Amino acid sequence: MVRLITHNLLACHVKGCNTNNFPLQFKDVQIELREAEFNPDFLKGFMPKLEWKALVDAARQLGDTTLPLEQPEMLDDEFLKNLHHVLLEIHVEEGVMTCSNCKHEYPVSNGIPNMLLAEHEIG
Amino acid sequence: MSRPELQAPPEIYYGDTEAKKYTQNTRNQQIQADMTYRALELLNLPLDEPAFLLDIGCGSGLSGEILDDEGYVWTGVDIAPSMLEVALERDIEGDLFLQDIGQGFGFRPGSFDGAISISVLQWLLNAETSHPTSSPPHRLNRFFTTLHSALRNPSRAVFQFYPSSDDQIQLITSAAQKAGFGGGIVVDYPNSKKAKKIFLCLFVGGGGAQQQIPRGLEGEEEENSKVKYERRRDRERGKDKNGKRKNVKDRDWILKKKELYRKRGKEDVPRDSKFTGRKRRAIF
Repeated sequence: MVRLITHNLLACHVKGCNTNNFPLQFKDVQIELREAEFNPDFLKGFMPKLEWKALVDAARQLGDTTLPLEQPEMLDDEFLKNLHHVLLEIHVEEGVMTCSNCKHEYPVSNGIPNMLLAEHEIG
Repeated sequence: MSRPELQAPPEIYYGDTEAKKYTQNTRNQQIQADMTYRALELLNLPLDEPAFLLDIGCGSGLSGEILDDEGYVWTGVDIAPSMLEVALERDIEGDLFLQDIGQGFGFRPGSFDGAISISVLQWLLNAETSHPTSSPPHRLNRFFTTLHSALRNPSRAVFQFYPSSDDQIQLITSAAQKAGFGGGIVVDYPNSKKAKKIFLCLFVGGGGAQQQIPRGLEGEEEENSKVKYERRRDRERGKDKNGKRKNVKDRDWILKKKELYRKRGKEDVPRDSKFTGRKRRAIF
């Protein structure tokens, strides 16, 4: 159940991989849509934490183009609904997440990303 | 029986059967739930805003379920795939990660409003290989530093854990301090054998108002903290269904065994006499 809310927080943690290690790139993904409870207060509180560009890119990659390229100043209801859908309702079930810097691949299977590192990659 | 963390690494100890057992045991569920509520209390999150939490060592989502109920959005990490599989079956809301917390997190700085962890830290105290990155101090350091940066400032992280000695507490708290955390140990019911629970309550930042370490609960443990029928179980230990003591061997069995040993040529087999396998009367 990788949702974009967690994807937007996730950087590569391989030893020495400190720059350009965010966001992880999706590859060969299968997505599933699952409804979640709409909570505008949570979204408003969460907005400052988001990396907006990464979120929009990831959403477009997964085929959702409802978000504007620039983070809007005004938060209207329709925008929050779209944001809610992108952040909390799109689940990546299968696929691979790749770090664009060190090319480490984090496989996602059954909705659970495998973040384990090999011994030489541990910082 | 020895502690589970001494028997095998977590991802092996919590295999398919153990993961199911752990999750279905109602006593276990109750304890986990109590500790989760207490950990949330210690987290002391602001009431008015919904928080985004990290559940470290979420397992099958016993504590995650409570986070769901309380209206938190959360993410869980665990190293045991079987536990996560059970979590998937249980249909919980949070995102799950298969991750070794001793390898550190990759979350962006300031991602989480708080972290809880129930019965996990003691698993970090065993080295699985001789590689330097596998030593407990190294793993603890890596864990606490990456966690510290993943938490918002100010925020808290609360860990319930089962240390087996004061040295272990010392090791863990010093690693946490080195990583920049404030805070310390909170002990609930310090004088009770069973209800005693140890929480590590860590603070990120503090701002102007210094954060105070909360006080542990004291006084008598609650009544229902004992397992049902515990006394009866003790009394009846060593009795079979019919109320007789089990496994007392009778004279024939002893004679047969001695005969067998003699036939095999074992030395010093005691001789048979009228006292062999004799019943002992109750003492009055």
